[in-house]
Amino acid sequence: MIRRLTLVLAAALLASHAQAQGALDALLAKKSISIAIPTDYAPYGFVGTDLKPQGLDIDMANLIAAKLGVQAELVPVTSANRIPYLQTHKVDLVISTLGKTAEREKVIAFASAYSPYFQAVFGPKTLPIKAPADLAGKTIAVTRGALEDVELSKIAPASADIRRFEDNNATVAAYVSGQVQVIATGASVAGNMMVRNPQLPVEYKLLLKDSPNFIGVAQGEDKLLARVDEIVAAAKAAGELDRLSLKWLGRPAGELPR
Amino acid sequence: MTVRLDFGAVLVDWPLLARGAGLTLGLTAVAAVLGVALGVACARARTHGPAPLRAAVATYVEAIRNTPFIVQLFFVFFGLPSLGVRLEPAAASVIAMVLNLGAYAAEIVRAGLEGTPRGQVEAARSLALSEAQVFLRVVLPPALGRVWPALASQVVIVMLGSAVCGQIATQELSYYANLIQSRNFRAFEATLVATAMYLALAVAVRQALAWVGPRWLFGRAPGARR
Repeated sequence: MIRRLTLVLAAALLASHAQAQGALDALLAKKSISIAIPTDYAPYGFVGTDLKPQGLDIDMANLIAAKLGVQAELVPVTSANRIPYLQTHKVDLVISTLGKTAEREKVIAFASAYSPYFQAVFGPKTLPIKAPADLAGKTIAVTRGALEDVELSKIAPASADIRRFEDNNATVAAYVSGQVQVIATGASVAGNMMVRNPQLPVEYKLLLKDSPNFIGVAQGEDKLLARVDEIVAAAKAAGELDRLSLKWLGRPAGELPR
Repeated sequence: MTVRLDFGAVLVDWPLLARGAGLTLGLTAVAAVLGVALGVACARARTHGPAPLRAAVATYVEAIRNTPFIVQLFFVFFGLPSLGVRLEPAAASVIAMVLNLGAYAAEIVRAGLEGTPRGQVEAARSLALSEAQVFLRVVLPPALGRVWPALASQVVIVMLGSAVCGQIATQELSYYANLIQSRNFRAFEATLVATAMYLALAVAVRQALAWVGPRWLFGRAPGARR
């Protein structure tokens, strides 16, 4: 009985392995690629007035699909669920302001970087915060599972009250409504927040991490990863990455790691 | 695609899960006591109160019963600060849970109150009991006894609904389950563990309420076997 079960399991493993290797072939045959994108992270991904997702990550997703010659099927995800989506093969790629960390490299693979990014702590001008120790006793909003959560958890003193919210909208809402004293988030989110709430006295306080965005690929999808790397390298050489960054971030992509 | 389950990666964080389950129970306990009390008050107001009060209670009950809990929660947490009311996440969660349970409990208790035989009320009045005494000692206890299973179910539903309180950073069970999976990416395991814990909590709360009700609130039903 046990031996038969082992055989069945082994066969299932082999079958799934064969299937995993074929993700690139499968999506080429299907003529469509599913890509996880953000809809809560302007200007990387947000929902416009026409209710369609738009932003740098959406443009990048469409660019990759176009170069592959397939239809892009965009799947909105949050910071917290984008890696599970990739792990469970609900999507082929994650293009969703995904930073590279050692922990994440254990569970997914990373293709090239395609856009610049940094995370920081932002707060009101009246609150002096010069070093991580100054966060003691402060309430801090952060999006759970995002890179800034990981970085903040490393440097924040034990007495800091870190409140983790489900998505960036809730994190920003917590800060804007005054439920927390400071916010740890991406520079673009903070910039957007300042533009939409001019009455709010916000300024940059503390750098958490300089981390360009990478394209996430499921582990074992080496062919797909190699193809995506080729496309990104070609786009970089053709100036398309700079053009995207200029359009959405107002500055060129600059030096990006592979 | 291969899924290998690794529950150890989740269970190693058991202190977090235990703390989360503790807060979930705490929120539920406070919400149950205050929510049922609010429900009784609303049921009384809706059956015996003056017309304007009845209308106000009816509006409250319908507004709560016809909107999602998470919207009510966001209203309390993100909306009230614009009126100058700032609440801790846990306090906002309790308020939303009490308001939610109160509306449902009002309708459940009202059903119990309306099942009271007229003769009992008249008999109590003829013994010169005050209106408050008639309600609290003659009408309410058997009414609660009649609807207790439904009330207990509603409390359990509110407890399970409190899983969304993690969205406003209330550190309850689902908050920690999500925190753990965002750290180690063991999403499936974390969800399974949280599911099992909610199941155990729900059974425990139901048993506790079935024990507490007859002993403290309405006594054993007359004629019930010992």
